[in-house]
Amino acid sequence: MLRKQMADKSIKATAERTSLSPGRLFLRRFSRNRAAVTSAVILAVLYLSALLAGFIAPYAMDRQNRQAPFHQPIGIRWSDESGWSRRPFVHEYHSGKGITGYEKAAGKRYYVRLFVRGDRYKLLGLIPSDRHLFGVDAPGKVYLLGTDRFGRDIFSRVLYGAQISLSIGLVGIVITFFIGLTVGGISGYYGGTVDNLIMRFSELVMAFPSFYLILAIMAVLPTGMASSLRYLLMICVLSFIGWAGMARVIRGMVLSIRERDYVTAARSQGVSDWRIITRHLLPNTVSYVIVAITLSLPGYILGEVALSFLGMGIQEPMASWGNMLQAAQNIRVLTSYPWMLAPGAMIFITVLSFNLLGDGLRDALDPR
Amino acid sequence: MSAYKLIEVRDLVKYFPVTSGVIRARKIGDVQAVDGVSFDIAAGHTMGLVGESGCGKSTLGRALLRLIEPTSGSIRYQGQDILRLSGRQMRPLRRKMQIIFQDPFASLNPRMTAARIISEPLEVHNIISVAERNLEIERLMSMVGLDPSHAGRYPHEFSSGQRQRIGIARALALQPSFIVADEPISALDVSIQAQILNLLVDLQMELGLAYLFISHDLNVVRYISHEVAVMYLGRIVERAPVESLFAKPRHPYTQALLAAAPGFGKDQRQGPVLEGDLPSPMNPPTGCRFHPRCPCAMGVCRHHDPLLEEMANGHAVACHLWSAYV
Repeated sequence: MLRKQMADKSIKATAERTSLSPGRLFLRRFSRNRAAVTSAVILAVLYLSALLAGFIAPYAMDRQNRQAPFHQPIGIRWSDESGWSRRPFVHEYHSGKGITGYEKAAGKRYYVRLFVRGDRYKLLGLIPSDRHLFGVDAPGKVYLLGTDRFGRDIFSRVLYGAQISLSIGLVGIVITFFIGLTVGGISGYYGGTVDNLIMRFSELVMAFPSFYLILAIMAVLPTGMASSLRYLLMICVLSFIGWAGMARVIRGMVLSIRERDYVTAARSQGVSDWRIITRHLLPNTVSYVIVAITLSLPGYILGEVALSFLGMGIQEPMASWGNMLQAAQNIRVLTSYPWMLAPGAMIFITVLSFNLLGDGLRDALDPR
Repeated sequence: MSAYKLIEVRDLVKYFPVTSGVIRARKIGDVQAVDGVSFDIAAGHTMGLVGESGCGKSTLGRALLRLIEPTSGSIRYQGQDILRLSGRQMRPLRRKMQIIFQDPFASLNPRMTAARIISEPLEVHNIISVAERNLEIERLMSMVGLDPSHAGRYPHEFSSGQRQRIGIARALALQPSFIVADEPISALDVSIQAQILNLLVDLQMELGLAYLFISHDLNVVRYISHEVAVMYLGRIVERAPVESLFAKPRHPYTQALLAAAPGFGKDQRQGPVLEGDLPSPMNPPTGCRFHPRCPCAMGVCRHHDPLLEEMANGHAVACHLWSAYV
């Protein structure tokens, strides 16, 4: 009796089991990978705050405070010697003896308020505004990550820098993939002499010592050049180097999928080339492409960082993580003002997140 | 054997050019995968095709459907030479000639449900109204022994035997009269092989299908075929009705194959076991292609290529040992 009930139950369970699409399966496997999910959340937060940098940053990218160079980070507090507060506040600091070191001015509290008015900026580059997420009334200052040599708020600059450092990867990868998919697709689909020519050319590109090529190109650009133009050129150069490897991978994928039996089956049934490409070839490359994108994004971010660090990339007063790190080059700065390394920590977090995310995606998309 | 000839293959040749060179490819030779093959398949009958790996069996099967473009020769389907047809003219014929694959994992698109896999040919050829399509999918699935309620599942949710059934349902969707079965059971578990084999036999009875059944398993070929062709290095060396071939194999190669096959009774003639490997099809031996491995090779074999000559009651063999008796 009991056995029969159990059997009935299991039959029911099988019947009720909904069919899992590859997409669902992927989500289920991905959500089990905690490191990858955390990375995805971190990256989402980073990109969102880069997008809303003007609003989140309490100060403008180039707002200087000549009275407070190399100011140490100011913590937001809920209590001090005179007891607890119901609202968070910061203390005021005065410059002390010598060049460095600021001392807390006792007593005075500057309460942190939300949606304060401050420096003017354009939200998403369009909507002019002067509201900031948080801030304190003058003459109080809120330097969450301290200030640099010119007394500029590093927290604000890290956010503005993220706009450049993070977007360069995205734009670069889009261009690279556009070239890589087209060239690799053509090469793999047509094969023969076309394939041969394209592949030999891409090997030529890959054989270039790429970083020196980039350095050389960036070095001959006039110094007076607009930063935005420089930014675009840098993306183009990075993508030009990157497409070749991508094209080879795509070509290999197209070549192998084209020979799969299900493609042969489709051909034997008179399915058109277009339908074969869109229904059979491309959907089966998607998982590889997604993983490849995630894993190669850090390369672009690091490329920008390296160029800007060497002074060939984004120029002052614009902020990028690379040129912010440039200010943290010497040991005196590092030992006295360790908060100057904040952009380095951001790069570390971003690159690590992308790699963990890429690994997670690969495991979830391709469990074999 | 009174049925009319559905497929007539004459002197079919497929050479794959071998090239070298970095930028501009130079042709340095040919792989003679299929080299002058002729046979007929009658409607509703099965031609078994056996031979070692690399002898050109699969190439021949695919060339019949023009999935690989043959180099020369002719393939007639109901008297019409399909090699002269353009791609567009070929489309209606594609419905009549289908293929079943060896590997049930590679032959189904992992991103499509069983229903979509089976319905794709229906959509492409627009044979059935959208309203009736689901019914047709159900009919096809139950015809091959699948539960129609699993139509929404993806290939990875099926066992290999079930996947093979999906592949068969897909081939049947267009109501073909000829199916190339390219080692359809060699990748399956032994217990499932028999099921699929019986399914193929049942479908043949029911739908009057003709098969070209490619296999290297002689037992299987003996079970399913009406006629058997033995291939060696791109050539058919012996072709005979199944009883005749297994009762009295003539070609030394066929004899060796039968001797090497497990599971035949003790009364089976004990032929020599073959030594060595298949020679390179890029550079086949002169004369009879089998002579370097043949236990009965004579002087003439080294220089003269034997023709496939018919002896009695449809038994044909390409061997100098037998040409004397013709």
